[in-house]
Amino acid sequence: MTNSTLSDRRGIRLGYRANLVGLSALGVIFLWVVVALFAPHMIPHSVGEIVDTDYFGPMSRDLWFGSDYLGRDIFSRILMGARYTLGISLAAVSIACFAGVALGMTAAVAGGWLDTLLSRFLDALNSIPSKLFGLVVVAAVGSSIPALIGTLAVIYIPGAYRFARALSVNVNTMDFMVVARIRGERLPYLIASEILPNILGPVLADLGLRFVFIVLLLSGLSFLGLGVQPPYADWGALVRENIGGLPFGAPAVILPSLAIASLTISVNLLIDNLPTRIRDRSVE
Amino acid sequence: MTRNLVEIRNLKVEATTDSGRQIEIIKDVSLDIAEGEIVALIGESGSGKTTIAMTLLGYARQGCRITGGEVRVDGIDMVSLSESERSHLRGTTVAYVPQSAAAAFNPAITIMDQVIEVARIHGLMTAGEARAKAISLFRGLSLPEPETIGSRYPHQVSGGQLQRLAAAMALIGQPKIIIFDEPTTALDVTTQVEVLRAFKAVTTQHQIAGVYVSHDLAVVAQIADGIVVLRNGEIQEAGSTSKILEDARHPYTRELLAAFRPKAQERPPESEEATKQALLLVNELTVGYGSRAGSGEPLVSAVKSMSLRLDRGRNLGIIGESGCGKSTLARAIAGILPTHAGDIMFNGLELGRAGRSRTRDELRQIQIVFQHADTALNPAKSVEDILGRPLTFYHGMKGKARDARIGELLDLVRLPKSIRHRRPGELSGGQKQRVNFARALAAEPTLILCDEITSALDTVVAAAVIQLLKDLQRELGLSYIFISHDLSVVQAICDEIIVMHRGQKVEEIAPARLKAPEHPYSRLLFSSVPKLDPAWLDTLHQDAEQVRTYCHN
Repeated sequence: MTNSTLSDRRGIRLGYRANLVGLSALGVIFLWVVVALFAPHMIPHSVGEIVDTDYFGPMSRDLWFGSDYLGRDIFSRILMGARYTLGISLAAVSIACFAGVALGMTAAVAGGWLDTLLSRFLDALNSIPSKLFGLVVVAAVGSSIPALIGTLAVIYIPGAYRFARALSVNVNTMDFMVVARIRGERLPYLIASEILPNILGPVLADLGLRFVFIVLLLSGLSFLGLGVQPPYADWGALVRENIGGLPFGAPAVILPSLAIASLTISVNLLIDNLPTRIRDRSVE
Repeated sequence: MTRNLVEIRNLKVEATTDSGRQIEIIKDVSLDIAEGEIVALIGESGSGKTTIAMTLLGYARQGCRITGGEVRVDGIDMVSLSESERSHLRGTTVAYVPQSAAAAFNPAITIMDQVIEVARIHGLMTAGEARAKAISLFRGLSLPEPETIGSRYPHQVSGGQLQRLAAAMALIGQPKIIIFDEPTTALDVTTQVEVLRAFKAVTTQHQIAGVYVSHDLAVVAQIADGIVVLRNGEIQEAGSTSKILEDARHPYTRELLAAFRPKAQERPPESEEATKQALLLVNELTVGYGSRAGSGEPLVSAVKSMSLRLDRGRNLGIIGESGCGKSTLARAIAGILPTHAGDIMFNGLELGRAGRSRTRDELRQIQIVFQHADTALNPAKSVEDILGRPLTFYHGMKGKARDARIGELLDLVRLPKSIRHRRPGELSGGQKQRVNFARALAAEPTLILCDEITSALDTVVAAAVIQLLKDLQRELGLSYIFISHDLSVVQAICDEIIVMHRGQKVEEIAPARLKAPEHPYSRLLFSSVPKLDPAWLDTLHQDAEQVRTYCHN
């Protein structure tokens, strides 16, 4: 691992060690979060304003990332798109993982008919193809941001549930669970205090993975025209709009793709390189 | 005297911790093993005994490095060899018998294929020859049905058999030296006798030298010619078996020997005056596992019509081999397993069949302490949280009062207060078991069920834990039910002992009569406990008929 000596020493003092890859991934994510929060104050041009007479314009001093298929500033559109991509995905992944993990732990601890019922129901949900499910929901209730968040969350709950349940079942067989049960503890304590701390690492890794899936699915839905509606656009929608620029090598199609890649790869790298607790602290 | 087969000179092994610090775990160790000689490495966990044994294979565990010295096996220095050269010698010159054969065998491959694998890898003989050799080894290790046992899968044979099969696997390459890494620690005493006999017979027959890693002096006394006592990666004392046993010089060796001779329970006479008051009465208890058929009978009854009585302030020991139902009995008393028939009276009141139907106060009064502190303590929580929860849960303690009580509990079990922020993974085995016990004490129970709590500990540490239990009993007026397969532990602390076999009570013994148990099974069990006398195994005569009746090894 690449450890800078500075962060190494500081890490030891805190009892944790972070490595360079993890830190730089965190930096990229932090950058996008800042962009998402302050985008309206950062954009040089309005997202709907046509500022270039040419379409698929190249990078220039005025239009940093060139212009899109209507001659709008792509830099501004990417900054604003970060709000949608990040916000919708984050909300959806939080709901999916919270619900899935809570249900999974409950099913593992309670067992019996509750477990069977939940597992079969979520398996059934899982068997519906995700894109198709999205299409049906959008066709039924129309495309709005809450509907998008809800749809994405429901699509990813069964996976989070299965994952958490499999982990919890293993923890559930340990003696400390027997001790807690025989102490007379109730379900909320058992799942929150005894199981959750033991499965947190893998659950976070799963959350990161699921975040990436949701970003990609959202981009996919937007690509089909079912996602965020014009004139606003998330990164996936930007790629779709400007796909015609691909033969010209227009920055309008390449840069949104890079934005998606930078975010998803960073999330994965961060989760693979989370700071580890140092057990040997008798140093110094 | 022939030349030495193994010569270890100034061996140093270092480990790197996760903060990058270097620790010397083996400090300048030198030892010799002559041809055909068996040397025992003895010491507590963390003393480096397995690490030294592994260097004979040229192997150091992950994160460890051999940093100095040489390990000459049959004239070749294992340290300076390349990995591929070492693998040529492994299995043919040096072989290894692991502690847990159950974990070392691949459950998906037949035993025979695994045993002859060494011969196949090194191209020593044809498959047919290897099979014939394996069968003769099976016979030599007195395994049942030597012709056909090889075609079974590992889960189809017993633990003792698997351990001998692991030895057969090690022997097939005709090594000059075998490393036995605590091969009998996980076995029952009666099985251990069989396994030790088999090991002794084959090593003598094939003139094989051996390194026997163990923390049990009595076992070592039976099989080893010489003993090396280790502590903190240094040799404390080395010498012939008889010399170490009779004339130990080093204080640590003496401590080890003393721990092996437990003092019998000494009761102050005052307990006689106290009127006998039954704390726990178990009447015709039947507990089982499996789905209940229409009749309501459990599929497998682990405990059948068991009755027992425990008086307040007294201790009851329950001994028996693995699978005899002793843990099931404890779990039923604690309410973990619902009982099928019979009743449990506690303090004159009948307890519910399962923990769910008992009141919080009834649950608080009976606490159970499990064998493996590793799994009984939540690895993700600090000692403070682990001990604090029963305080909050049963006694509603918060804030300062809770903090103070945690401090007191740590004091009670003789642990430093500084460990309260640590997690179980950062504690030693003995410390973990103390925390485990402190959690039970936090509930302020009247009865503590101790399920094999010293089995996973080293002799010296176990003796200290037993002493602690005795002290606490005096201070807090507790009663214990002590479940163990180790007779010496039970003898040290219990007023009464129940011998269990196949779910039933075989005999009830008071320590006064302990010297002469009457039931043949009790006699067999007691006679199988190894003694420090090196001639014990050779002079031990057990009725083969009885062994067959009562043991399933």
